[in-house]
Amino acid sequence: MKKIDFILTGVGGQGTILASNVLTEVGLALGYDVKKAEVLGMSQRGGTVESHVRWGEKVYSPLIEQGEVDYLLGFEMLEAGRWPLYIKKGAMAIVNRYRIPPPAVNLGKAKYPREEEVESLLKTAAGRVLWIDAMKIAGDLGNPAVVGVILLGVLSLQVGGALDTWLEVVKRLVPAKYQELNEKAFLTGREIVAA
Amino acid sequence: MKKLMTGNEAIAYGAYLAGVRVGAAYPGTPSTEIMESFAKYPGVSSEWAPNEKVALDVGTGAAYAGTRALVAMKHVGVNVAADSLFYGVYTGLKGGLVIVTADDPDMHSSQNEQDNRNYARFAKLPMLEPADSEEAKQFVGLALDMSEKFDTPVMLRSVTRLSHSSSPVEMSAAAPPPLPAEPPLYDRNIPKYVMVPAYARQRHPVIEERLKKLAAYADSSPLNRLEPGNGSLGIIAAGVAYQYAREVFPEATFLKLGMVYPLPAKLIREFAARVQTILVVEELDPFFEEQIRLMGIDVRGKDVFPVTGELTPGLVRRYAAEAGLLEETDETTEVTTAAALAALPIRPPMLCPGCGHRGLFHVLREAGVVVLGDIGCYTLGAAPPLSALHTCGCMGASIGVAHGVARAGVKDRTVAVIGDSTFFHSGIHPLINVLYNNSSVTTIITDNSVTAMTGHQQHPGTGITLQGQQTKAVQLEKFVRSIGYEKVDVCDPYDMDNLAEVLTGHLKSEQPSVIIAARPCVLHIREKNKPPFVDPDECTDCGTCLELGCPPLMQEEDHVSIDPLLCNGCGICMQVCPVGAIIRE
Repeated sequence: MKKIDFILTGVGGQGTILASNVLTEVGLALGYDVKKAEVLGMSQRGGTVESHVRWGEKVYSPLIEQGEVDYLLGFEMLEAGRWPLYIKKGAMAIVNRYRIPPPAVNLGKAKYPREEEVESLLKTAAGRVLWIDAMKIAGDLGNPAVVGVILLGVLSLQVGGALDTWLEVVKRLVPAKYQELNEKAFLTGREIVAA
Repeated sequence: MKKLMTGNEAIAYGAYLAGVRVGAAYPGTPSTEIMESFAKYPGVSSEWAPNEKVALDVGTGAAYAGTRALVAMKHVGVNVAADSLFYGVYTGLKGGLVIVTADDPDMHSSQNEQDNRNYARFAKLPMLEPADSEEAKQFVGLALDMSEKFDTPVMLRSVTRLSHSSSPVEMSAAAPPPLPAEPPLYDRNIPKYVMVPAYARQRHPVIEERLKKLAAYADSSPLNRLEPGNGSLGIIAAGVAYQYAREVFPEATFLKLGMVYPLPAKLIREFAARVQTILVVEELDPFFEEQIRLMGIDVRGKDVFPVTGELTPGLVRRYAAEAGLLEETDETTEVTTAAALAALPIRPPMLCPGCGHRGLFHVLREAGVVVLGDIGCYTLGAAPPLSALHTCGCMGASIGVAHGVARAGVKDRTVAVIGDSTFFHSGIHPLINVLYNNSSVTTIITDNSVTAMTGHQQHPGTGITLQGQQTKAVQLEKFVRSIGYEKVDVCDPYDMDNLAEVLTGHLKSEQPSVIIAARPCVLHIREKNKPPFVDPDECTDCGTCLELGCPPLMQEEDHVSIDPLLCNGCGICMQVCPVGAIIRE
């Protein structure tokens, strides 16, 4: 059983926690040993959020080492751009094409990196960077909160595992009244890459 | 069946399975979810105490009465509870008592990174440290057994990376032990439980004797285990540091400590005889290292790893390689990549959109006062661009520090700022001190009607208990008036003109005074008003609104805009715009 390490990163309030919970539960359902670690920072909203999710035969550390990440899931461009040192050579980054400027940028004291700059940073290690307009797709589906589930849909095709397993976990972890919406979001995510 | 649980959830589950009936805590990252999780189990009493000392007294009382009890707090909470910790070790107890300390190496959400293993040695009680969620569940039960067998409270240490990481836990089919058919009589034993000098003198030798027995127990306990490997390197580690070392040194021989105090001296000697080099992998203080050196055994430890910050598997590998204990890895970061990463703008935590504290700190900055601060969301008032809070040390410090500054005498005008939950935690005594010792300190209680920072917990002012029961709410205004404050005003920090006027009146007054800046946390009550927008033709791009440091306000090419998705519609920016360019339809 091959180990698979994931980092999910974004900004507080974007739904990275739910997505990392789904991913960890899917690993467990697929028969892996799993661990998940989160750093939430001090702020309820607006700070950097990172989750380490690990699947393997036997997982010791909840934290992933530099150069070991198999999949980076970026919910926000700048936050994704911070992780090239953690990405394994030739691994994949899946990034939501969406900007949330931090305070220094809003105050005009720093520049938000251009898409090419983020891509070139990630490409120092990543073999492939998949840009996903997840925020736009979520808007089309009627709820920006499903960004994470769209990205998980994209990821699921790369990682493998039975579709039923993924969907079962997604539906189990979201509120009952949003099950249908999230299922649709997940399947939309899978279709983008297939297309 | 296995279920994913965080370390905190597993601690609560373990306590439930082991028959704990009484739990008490004060919220504090990374410990908060322990008592929240425990509160959901049937047949238990789980409470928020006003502070950690009260929580520990409650747990101790339950244990005196013969019931198993769980008390949880963050590392600095143990400082608050320390007085109670020490007497409990002297008296012992009847039912098991577990005190969880959740340490925060690297200070993800704390003012310091003290290593609370030192408390075990200081207060002379045993301490266990689990390394994953399954162990967290099991260790709570073992700690309770140990507590009853040796007649002592037992500490269980977690760290952020255990409390806030998830791993599978085996679910138990067995129900917790049933309650006795009839409530027992209280066991009255004056010499054991009344710590006046004459009786306390009798107890101290009991503690020393107990520690010897615990050390002997440590040598044979399954909590400590030897894991054979290949080669000459032996590693001694506990908790998450063990997990990191396990990953970096797959071939080494390990002594995995589950009981971190007292140490198993015999086992450590046996281990030392099996390996050539011993490496102690531990975060923060050289707690194991110093004790093992005192046994006359040479080890490597803090000459390899730092005393500051937390470890990660990557750091363990790097420091071990630098010390020649591992082959150097060939990973070299391109200088250009490192420079590009360092140039990325940081994203510090900040006050949420719609937070009432923003209005308060804008007013305080405009007033030019020195703000003696405290611990809570409002500590973020120190962050730029607000930069309007000037001290933060520990829970409840603000008012006492303000009084001291007033006594010393400075030209500046000063105020103390403290949150509602922090006020109930440890602000009451210093508020009384201001009256008693007669200074003109103005205390501002930022009342957002919840313990917001740690994720919205109830407190004595909210009228709701941890388990959701309605209760008497302590009214802040009535309370401060009742202790003798005469100049008291309640203001809405959204209404900044009024707040500024009230503040001016208080600063001019020679009386000790209190302003309650009351506005519920918008995240807690889920309030959202219609976002205003910026008329780009009217906006002069002066930057005044940006000085509020509110996330939805963004600098565009030649004007400011508001992201309606992020905006909470509080209208504070509309009040500061000098040209009225921010409007709401």
